[in-house]
Amino acid sequence: MTAHARPPHEFDARVTTGLGDANLQRSLNALKGTFIAARGHAVTALPEFEALRDDGKAIKDHTLANLDFYLQRYEEEVVRRGGQVHWARDAAEACDIVRTICREAGARTVTKGKSMVSEEIALNDALEADGLEVIETDAGEYILQLGREAPSHIVMPTVHKTTDQIADLFQKHHGELGFPDRTTDAAELIAQVRTVLRDKYFKADVGITGANFLVAETGSNIIVTNEGNGDLTSTLARVHIVTTGIEKVIPTLEDLSVMLRLLARSALGSEITSYTTLSTGPRRSGDLDGPEAYHVVLIDNGRANMLAGHFREMLRCIRCGACMNHCPVYMSVGGHAYGSVYPGPMGAVLTPMINGHEAAGELPHACTLNGRCQSVCPVKIPLPDLLRRLRHQQWEKKFVSAKVRWGVGAWAWLATKPRLYKLATGAAMRVLGWAGRDKGAFRSLPLASGWTKGRDMPAPQGPTFQELWARRTRP
Amino acid sequence: MTINEAHQRSEQATSSPRVALFVTCLVDLMRPNIGFAAVKLLEDAGCRVEVPRSQVCCGQPAYNSGDFASTQRIAKHVIDTFADYDYVVGPSGSCMATIKTGYPALFEDDAVWHARAVKLAQRSHELMSFLRDVLKATPPQTRMAATATYHDSCSGLRSLGIKDQPRDLLARVRDLKLVEMQDSDVCCGFGGTFCVKYPDISVKMVTDKAANIDATGADMLLGGDLGCLLNMAGRLRRLGKSTRVFHAAEVLAGMADGPAIGEAEERR
Ligand code: SF4
Repeated sequence: MTAHARPPHEFDARVTTGLGDANLQRSLNALKGTFIAARGHAVTALPEFEALRDDGKAIKDHTLANLDFYLQRYEEEVVRRGGQVHWARDAAEACDIVRTICREAGARTVTKGKSMVSEEIALNDALEADGLEVIETDAGEYILQLGREAPSHIVMPTVHKTTDQIADLFQKHHGELGFPDRTTDAAELIAQVRTVLRDKYFKADVGITGANFLVAETGSNIIVTNEGNGDLTSTLARVHIVTTGIEKVIPTLEDLSVMLRLLARSALGSEITSYTTLSTGPRRSGDLDGPEAYHVVLIDNGRANMLAGHFREMLRCIRCGACMNHCPVYMSVGGHAYGSVYPGPMGAVLTPMINGHEAAGELPHACTLNGRCQSVCPVKIPLPDLLRRLRHQQWEKKFVSAKVRWGVGAWAWLATKPRLYKLATGAAMRVLGWAGRDKGAFRSLPLASGWTKGRDMPAPQGPTFQELWARRTRP
Repeated sequence: MTINEAHQRSEQATSSPRVALFVTCLVDLMRPNIGFAAVKLLEDAGCRVEVPRSQVCCGQPAYNSGDFASTQRIAKHVIDTFADYDYVVGPSGSCMATIKTGYPALFEDDAVWHARAVKLAQRSHELMSFLRDVLKATPPQTRMAATATYHDSCSGLRSLGIKDQPRDLLARVRDLKLVEMQDSDVCCGFGGTFCVKYPDISVKMVTDKAANIDATGADMLLGGDLGCLLNMAGRLRRLGKSTRVFHAAEVLAGMADGPAIGEAEERR
């Protein structure tokens, strides 16, 4: 899949595509009635949800403040149970580690559970380049793999696709696998996925999963799914590889229970996901199943840099997707408009941190800073503040266009010169007020096409408040 | 005013708080009527209101563009201008949130200005919350025969917790019926410079908002932030809707007697 390599610029073009995509708009609208409503109910049904958010934040803050300690403890526990931990500085290193493990295992077929980190490091591309057959086992990811597409949401990767589109895709790819007839029945479509994947699970040499959390005290990795594909991926292959970010570690199983309660409610509006799987090391003698070898690849890829400064708070993120579900910009343009692996508010912060400002382009700017994301974030990440701070970095690096710099600079200069400001604005408002008095608003205005493209510009009342106040005359 | 009333006023003058009106640049330029309404509400609540002449803008356009150096310069100007009042009150949640939360954050590394910023922040309030929560005032009853719906502007709502205050105050207006729209707390797509930098996204958002406003059947839209009101009024007009748009202060002060935002003069 090369979707991650899409050029990050051309944001406007992708926005236009998203806004004009009737299927996408319908799917996004449907989200409001389902996931958003469900989260609302789940949260009201749990009076202590606010306290739980504080607990979750505190657990993550404590862990991040002592990250070296907990990562070391985690590694010791994994090793004690016969597993191996590998450290990767960046995407390339992470891919190399996984490729080496696959090569040494003599692997030909690899099954994969859903893992945003593997998208982040473009793992499928790397493995396919080595001639490996890579099969996504999460139904959503499987659909995207057939369509050679990138996910548009971190929890519901196919939220942009309609059942009809999926039916077409399956007819094309499953025809020769014993399903010649096109169907739009959701249960039948899922049944097809199950049948096609069943053989693959048994054929797989290596199973790769992500991790929702890592527990330091036991050396376990935790994945939550609603399909159970994660269990099959991690237990049926000879080798289980976990690819995940260093920020996923939490201290104890007790902490895990807090995080799981937050995650399911925030992501899906449910009390718990169908499957919560803890994997701890390879198969022990006497175990009925489990992999022969267990590897964890802990990936930095920009995260350690975030630890030091203002962006540490972003490392609390548990990838629940609530911020994008509640983001009016994401809900208008869809995930692909962001042109990055991680979309929505969390993506607008993470993308410049992981891939740099050059790659992120204007993502931090394409936001009204309305703060709804922060108000639903289970770990209370101040996303608007972080986005503003990223804008500041771009301003300092002169990444902001000359036109904007000039406009903002001129206004800022005027804002500390009250006399000049009054001269400059007073006359303009009089003219505009006079010109607009008959209609009350303008359909178009020179230099204001951005505004008047889709709305009228209400006319000013005429003289400014300061002028009128000096005479104590109401407009 | 009778001699008695005048006497009472001057009595009050010595004990009543000295309040500086933070006009906000949008109100100054686009809709002075809101400023006059704010003054009336504050005076009715027993405040001595002054309008410092050297005020301009809180600096939000620079702040939200990431130009922190310019914002600091503007913030220092604002802090100097408003240093000597008991309270600073403005008819905008977003401007007051910039002063209350933005300024102290901007001076994290400057102990002297940080202290001054915090001092200003503590005395600064958005108009509706100041009337209801600080002064615990009940404005003189006014009348407005209309069915209105209220849009919660984002900064006021999420940074300052303004939600019930305007509704409580508006509940006292005679013949005014308040109906809630769906998603009243979802952004209207204004976002300061956002609305001109990303017009297509912004128009999509304000179109959703206009549909929610329209679905209530209300003939009036009220809010507490002029930027958002201009955005929604502009879209409603473009869509050919006759919804009348006012700042809540105008209705509370009985000053919603002229043309609404974006409305022609001869209409009335
Ligand atoms: S930023 Fe918060 S709301 Fe968004 S995905 Fe992360 S944890 Fe969830």
